[in-house]
Amino acid sequence: MTSVVFWVLAPLAVVSGFMVFRFNSMARATFALLISFLASGGLLIWLGLAYLGTVVILMMVMEMVIMAVFMVAYMMNPAGLMPMSMVHNRRGSLAISVAAFALLAAGIFVTPWPHRAGAPPRDATFALGEALMGPQMLTMITLGFTLFATMVGAVVLATHRGRYDRFGDDLKRRPPADPARGGVGQ
Amino acid sequence: MITSSPLWSVLVVPVLLAAFTAVAVTADALLAARAAGRRVSPRVLVAPLAEVPRLLAAQRRTTLAPDSLLWRLGLATVPAAGVLAAVVIPFGQVTASRMSVGVVWFNAMEVLTWAGLWMAGWGPNSVLSLVGGYRFVAQGLAYELPLMFALISAAAGAQSLDVAGIASAQGRLWFVVWMPAAFAVYLASVYAFSFLGPFGYPAGRDLAGGVLAELSGPDRLVLQAGRWLLLTAGAAMAVPLFLGGGAGPLLPAWAWSAVKTVAVLILLVWGRRRLPVIRADRYAELAWVVLIPLAIVQALAVALVVLTTGGTP
Repeated sequence: MTSVVFWVLAPLAVVSGFMVFRFNSMARATFALLISFLASGGLLIWLGLAYLGTVVILMMVMEMVIMAVFMVAYMMNPAGLMPMSMVHNRRGSLAISVAAFALLAAGIFVTPWPHRAGAPPRDATFALGEALMGPQMLTMITLGFTLFATMVGAVVLATHRGRYDRFGDDLKRRPPADPARGGVGQ
Repeated sequence: MITSSPLWSVLVVPVLLAAFTAVAVTADALLAARAAGRRVSPRVLVAPLAEVPRLLAAQRRTTLAPDSLLWRLGLATVPAAGVLAAVVIPFGQVTASRMSVGVVWFNAMEVLTWAGLWMAGWGPNSVLSLVGGYRFVAQGLAYELPLMFALISAAAGAQSLDVAGIASAQGRLWFVVWMPAAFAVYLASVYAFSFLGPFGYPAGRDLAGGVLAELSGPDRLVLQAGRWLLLTAGAAMAVPLFLGGGAGPLLPAWAWSAVKTVAVLILLVWGRRRLPVIRADRYAELAWVVLIPLAIVQALAVALVVLTTGGTP
């Protein structure tokens, strides 16, 4: 049963990852990549890392849908109605990626993996949380604040709905000029 | 103590979910007939279920140069998301899968609708359904974060991501009592991920049906069934998250689960006719300016209560 799960999900992850570069439609390429990520998330759950696997599924679905929006917006031929290739330097990139895959896969087999010392934790999610948030608490807090400040800063710089955009240079315009009418506080 | 049943019980989940969904659509037909001033007869009540064989037999609509692969995949994803989300919901004293991270699983499966609906909108190569698909993505960006904080509030209150653990942590006080904001945000999000009622914007009448515009026959059945299955799964999940699961006097636990699920469903179906449709851009502002801070304060309050008392207030 367990090996069935592996032999369904692992080839699915590899093949759909490969299909990203075979499709000539941005939408199909994006969702092929999503299927690859979903299969990887499934493999993590199969390995007993339920939390990590489920979070991979959760985040990747949202990320890939948002990526699809941008891929379609920016590519000249989003729907694949005209033939186009997803790759540059077709032969070279194929050779590099196959070689990299072979190298990494070979690395798995030739590494002298250590034998397990001790038993696996009863609750892997809890152990993971403790490993991240226990000794590394200060790092994680700093990281969290930095990332959050970066996001807020980027939004503030990019927004066209800031205070001065809405209320004018002297902040006296009433009602404020909003791109969409209605909303909160009006 | 909620126990996990054998693997075959996963097959019971879609049957049970479909049964509750049938209750919901029948209640909806009843309310529709009353609102239209028609006499409520048995014919009116079976009308939505009689649609099923009609749609199965009806011809499929085809469009010019569709992306059939993504179209069908997207349509199938929506009901599949509803059923998969329901797998972790305990019913009375049993659950099909006692997953240690059931709440996250429910969230992940409900998010599959994002991909499903975008593909369903993209597939037919039609403007109206494409706009409908994009509307759902915009709506998703608005409803998802408040929903996550609502789920986190319940999980933090029970100090567990296991849905059965959350249900059994409400022995003394139901979470709905001391997490009212999280419950309200959760119910709004159930409408949002099943794109029904006030969040029917992706399938809006102003878009000639949006994502439903190019669908007929079995395709239409799959998507319509999918959104009602999602609504039902959301209503059923509200019971272990906020309403004490199968706890209650006299009746057995499964009966209380059923009664509470039907009660939430009836509330949602009734509210669907009472509330106006809200545009995604306006809901995005409400969600980010009001609901996310509200949900964070709610989660903070829960965390402080748990830290000071070690459990319920």
